[in-house]
Amino acid sequence: MSYLSVTDADREAMLAAIGVSTVDELFRDIPGGMRFREELAVEPALSEAELQRHFEELAAKNVVDEVCFLGAGIYDHYVPAVVDAVLQRGELLTAYTPYQPEMSQGVLQAIFEYQTAICELTGMDVSNASGYDGTTVAADACFVAKHSTGRAKIVVTEATNPQVRQVVKTYAPGFGLEVVEVPHEGGATDPDRVREAAEDAAAVIFQQPNFFGVLEAAPDLAAAANDAGAMPIAHVDLVSLGLLEAPGAYGCAMAIGEGQSAGNAMSYGGPHYGFLAARSDYMRRLPGRIVGETVDAAGERGYVLTLQTREQHIRREKATSNITTNQTLLALAGLVHLSLLGPQGLRELGETCLALAQHAKTELQKAGLELAFPEKATFKEFAVRTGRNAREALAAARKQGVYAGYPLGRDYPGLDDALLVAVTEKRTVEEIAQLVEALSWS
Amino acid sequence: MELIYEKSQAGRRGIGVPQPPDGLDVPDVPAELRRKEPPRLPELAEPEVLRHFTQLSTRNFGIDTGFYPLGSCTMKYNPRINERLVGLPGFAQLHPLMEDEAAQGALELEWELEQILLAVTGLDAVSLQPAAGSQGELTGLMLFRAYFAERGEDEQRTNIVIPDTAHGTNPASVTMSGYKLTPVRTDARGNIDVEDLRTKVDEHTAGLMLTNPSTLGLFDENIEEIERIFHGAGALMYYDGANLNAVCGISRPGDMGFDVVHINLHKTFSQPHGGGGPGGGPIAVREILEPFLPVPVVAREGDAFRLDYDRPKSIGKVRAFSGPFGVFVRSYAFMRSYGPGLKEMSEVAVLNANYMLARLKGTYDLPYERLCMHEFVLSARTLKREHGVSALDVAKRLMDYGFHPPTIYFPLVVPEALMIEPTESEAKETLDAFCDALLAIAREAAEEPDTVHSAPHSRPVKRLDEVKAAKDVVVKYRFEDHPQQVGAPKGA
Repeated sequence: MSYLSVTDADREAMLAAIGVSTVDELFRDIPGGMRFREELAVEPALSEAELQRHFEELAAKNVVDEVCFLGAGIYDHYVPAVVDAVLQRGELLTAYTPYQPEMSQGVLQAIFEYQTAICELTGMDVSNASGYDGTTVAADACFVAKHSTGRAKIVVTEATNPQVRQVVKTYAPGFGLEVVEVPHEGGATDPDRVREAAEDAAAVIFQQPNFFGVLEAAPDLAAAANDAGAMPIAHVDLVSLGLLEAPGAYGCAMAIGEGQSAGNAMSYGGPHYGFLAARSDYMRRLPGRIVGETVDAAGERGYVLTLQTREQHIRREKATSNITTNQTLLALAGLVHLSLLGPQGLRELGETCLALAQHAKTELQKAGLELAFPEKATFKEFAVRTGRNAREALAAARKQGVYAGYPLGRDYPGLDDALLVAVTEKRTVEEIAQLVEALSWS
Repeated sequence: MELIYEKSQAGRRGIGVPQPPDGLDVPDVPAELRRKEPPRLPELAEPEVLRHFTQLSTRNFGIDTGFYPLGSCTMKYNPRINERLVGLPGFAQLHPLMEDEAAQGALELEWELEQILLAVTGLDAVSLQPAAGSQGELTGLMLFRAYFAERGEDEQRTNIVIPDTAHGTNPASVTMSGYKLTPVRTDARGNIDVEDLRTKVDEHTAGLMLTNPSTLGLFDENIEEIERIFHGAGALMYYDGANLNAVCGISRPGDMGFDVVHINLHKTFSQPHGGGGPGGGPIAVREILEPFLPVPVVAREGDAFRLDYDRPKSIGKVRAFSGPFGVFVRSYAFMRSYGPGLKEMSEVAVLNANYMLARLKGTYDLPYERLCMHEFVLSARTLKREHGVSALDVAKRLMDYGFHPPTIYFPLVVPEALMIEPTESEAKETLDAFCDALLAIAREAAEEPDTVHSAPHSRPVKRLDEVKAAKDVVVKYRFEDHPQQVGAPKGA
């Protein structure tokens, strides 16, 4: 086995030092009835060359050559080469959680820089080192809200990503929480309905831009939650935050989201990272790792994991979360991408998405298609009515090499004819023309 | 070293962005939603960005750098081929919401991975969805609840039994799932204390969470009796797979009686730990729990694969999509590299640990005089008592010898614990060098304790003040304290 160093001579010497005669004897504490005496029923080992071939064959069975207008939470943004180069540094790639800070200043400083970037983008005071993804950070936020307010109800807008809502509902019973949804009206959420629902609620979770790509009246939603004494929690897209106001600037208690847009390939859904940031009032209730600044014995600046009395390895059943392994490598990718963009690049990235998406909307309308929510301002994504079942429209468009979007009927029964179309900076005017042709073809 | 924000100079750009084509206007964002203050992201040219993160990497230590025997974390070699495979465009560029017909290769890979997990665990069905071991635990406990709810026993069964050696994740998961914790003691041989256990399992018990081998690196010799006690009381058994690296092809959790198992793909089946993740925590379950698994599950019909969402008894979703796919690519590659040799992998892991234990046990205290499995726990109690040198001091001094320290002060039942897990990846010479270092440090503790107390001496920083970090909390860069650093050239 190429990953093992042990030779027969090593084995003999080691067994002799241990004082047993066979490797099998090392397992003598396992009761006989529980020893597995067969060969594992798995395929024979592959050499590296064979492995490469096998995986190339599997990868070839996936379709990745259609023009991608599919989004709905995961987006086809460009990942810079420097991101890959940094992630392949073995000292970062093959290290673990920095329990021993003197061995891990590189990762610790990177997480501190990541926390800073997330706080800057969201307008918050504290960020954790990452959560699993954009769905689980919503469940984490519910836990914070419950323990901060003592209330047992969570309000989620229906225009929030359906998978986020599903994960919140799956976690809620264990937290002792009830989940209430506020329906959208014409693709956006009515702040008055939020105000009503938020009475006695621990938190209101809404998405900006929402799942339909629509820009919500986010400051009004936050105000409605605050009026009712519930914590406003904004689920946001990092790529939008060069253009759109930071949730902290309009009164949100926490900001969360899926970080894939910054620095990560789509990779069939993961691994990516969820970000979670909050006002300082909630710092000691946050889940997950947090890195803090300190000094070493010589008085020099350094970084360590901090506020660990929140965490499972110290507090056990009283911890704020059970999380241990998080998504640091993917969050690092996000930091590198954001560092390459800078404030100007991030704004331009948002503007290009916005301009191309607007162009796609205009062209589709010119071709006779209707937008599902024509009155609403959107960011990089919008819903278009296809004039027939959206899955059929999708299938027809695919025949022309265009993956036209996400059929909204999967989650919203009234929108069976609508496709959610995402336009990133990677799309071109020519590709948008292809989209229009593919959707207007019948 | 400077933070990237301190290297920032207004007006610098790292990467260009495609501009809107000629003639396309950028629509106005409504004024009340528009950002007022630009975020203070770093402004550096591309070469400086790359150099910054390269510099950071030189201040870090990974398995590629050297031996990393961090107990309970299974820091094994990360094959570089796996990184190449995960980057294949057919995987990396695949959107997770593609129609199943367009993702057949990904679904086939997931299905094949599940088959290997079933072979290793001896169970009946798998969900790949949980993002890490601790989320696997929580998911498993949700399945417990769903199972008892269907039997009308949900109100009655409120308690989960956990030994005092358990990882902190176990009791934290119990709380998050709405159960109550019932702790059980460890006996003089490092097994669950069966007499204590008998008094704690009754009709209110929903189940057990157990790591076997335990965090002491010991296989529980009473496991057959434990199984009778729980299943006899109508309760379920959860296997924390953190230590599965000890028993692949040697003993299957399903055969030990467990009903749910999580597998830390990032431990047993190798992932780049990335400074704290990503991970993967699939669960394998007995048939009785299969209806409750999260959606979607991968279904096979002939040679075609699909994601099945139509599962009315499902607990729901614990993460987006079918799980962290890139983690599956790497672990499946690792498994296929070994094939049935996964058994030899576990054998060598256990051989390596016992060899080190044999070399060290005369010098450091061994709390349980037994053979170990893939890891072992020593105590620096005597060093502390006689020379004032603690487990922490030993750990810091190991850095000067070029090694990452073991896990320390865990499990909690062993004072001054040093928890050492070599994995199968290491050569005998490496194990010897590490043992030599630990033996040398024990001598230093007697002869020159100040050298040990003040370690490390060779790292980019001296010993760090963790108490200060928790007291004077600084968790992001304070731009306001460094006004000259941002928005204006240095020296201006």
